[in-house]
Amino acid sequence: MSLTQKGRWITLVALVSLAAVYVRALAFTPLERLQGPAQKIFYLHVPAAIWTEAAMILVGLAGIFYLFLKDSRLDRFAAASAEVGAVFATIVLTTGPIWGKPIWGTWWTWDARLTSTLLLFFLYVGYLLVRGAVRDPDLRARYAAVLGICGMCLVPFIHMSVYLFRTLHPQPIILKPSAPSLPSSMLVTWLFSLATFTLLYVGFVTQRYALSLQPDAHGEGSPGHV
Amino acid sequence: MGEFLAQAWTVARKDLVLEFRTRTALVSAIVFTALVLTVFNFGRDPTAVPTIDLAPTILWVTFTFAAMLTLNRAFQLELENQALEGLLVSPLSRTSLYWGKLIANLVFVAVVEGVGLPLFVLFFDVPVGRVLVPLIGVIALATLGFVAVGTLFSALVIRTRFAELLLVVILLPFLVPPLIGAVQVTARLLGGRPLSESVGYLKLLAAYDIVFISLASFLFRFTVDE
Repeated sequence: MSLTQKGRWITLVALVSLAAVYVRALAFTPLERLQGPAQKIFYLHVPAAIWTEAAMILVGLAGIFYLFLKDSRLDRFAAASAEVGAVFATIVLTTGPIWGKPIWGTWWTWDARLTSTLLLFFLYVGYLLVRGAVRDPDLRARYAAVLGICGMCLVPFIHMSVYLFRTLHPQPIILKPSAPSLPSSMLVTWLFSLATFTLLYVGFVTQRYALSLQPDAHGEGSPGHV
Repeated sequence: MGEFLAQAWTVARKDLVLEFRTRTALVSAIVFTALVLTVFNFGRDPTAVPTIDLAPTILWVTFTFAAMLTLNRAFQLELENQALEGLLVSPLSRTSLYWGKLIANLVFVAVVEGVGLPLFVLFFDVPVGRVLVPLIGVIALATLGFVAVGTLFSALVIRTRFAELLLVVILLPFLVPPLIGAVQVTARLLGGRPLSESVGYLKLLAAYDIVFISLASFLFRFTVDE
């Protein structure tokens, strides 16, 4: 089985699983008392947000290893991860306002989490633009690695700088030092969704990686040409 | 260490001599700063918002734009007659080349800010007399961070298409954390609050400078080598 086919199968399984997450979330998970049905978006929003950040960290790590090992596979992976990260950031930035309108009464506020996700999205866009602007594959890989490493190091600073503001965003209820404060049925749905998004990330990245191995019009591999 | 600093200073001096002999870029940057400050005056309703509330924003948006525009110059200069290749084959270490460019950019931006700050005080009648020393300190801390990242990225985009535009797009997300810190500290200083209230943001600015100067010193070699 070729890599593209593998990627397609993983993605297919992930999409079926995503549908199952929603069947479970809507039909078999209790309604949150204060937020009502709007809370259901949490099962989509939070796993996507986790993978948005994780993808940036993986881009940075791939960059570090690329600069030492000069292995073009690492660069192809970084390119794939950045594109998928940008898609996930878009999911987070779309689902957030849909939830924010009924709960906060506004689509957007300059809240800490929103600001940091938006900056992460811009970081991805900038990274992909730089990749698109350089023709030479070696140079492109090197530039992308430098930018990816800087991006990875920027993430904690974005967090620190925006967290010094007060925040309206719900505090973490699962990923926090104490035990998760939600009913186990919700937690199971959420964990199921996190696994689904992990699979979705792997499926998308595999497909994108396989695509970058296809020769372009000039007869050479085009890692991450956008 | 002495050798390293001597090399860095040679590069910085070369750039500064070149700049102060022609003065075109410097004068343009200063006029640009004055123009942005002028435009800000018309972009607000003085009867609705007191100037003191807008002052930190005006100061920092102006300084950010001025710094970004001047950063392109550092490596643009070296593209003519393959001067960059000349620098790279000379027995300069890559890190001292970066530091030379960093020092030259810092002096350049400091001169622009040195003219911009009195103009800002004059145009908007901001009382800075009592807080001048800490204010200059904050400007220095934030500028150091801006220029450290900007110098690295200007080397990165120089061989790409649309270098000027691309630099701004990748640089701005990186300028947001120091910008947030600088604006918050400036607002507290101008509002007559004690410096101890700004310790969190000052630590953030200092940490940002340390991390990104070290990172850029290390990563710079990967952006210039052929």
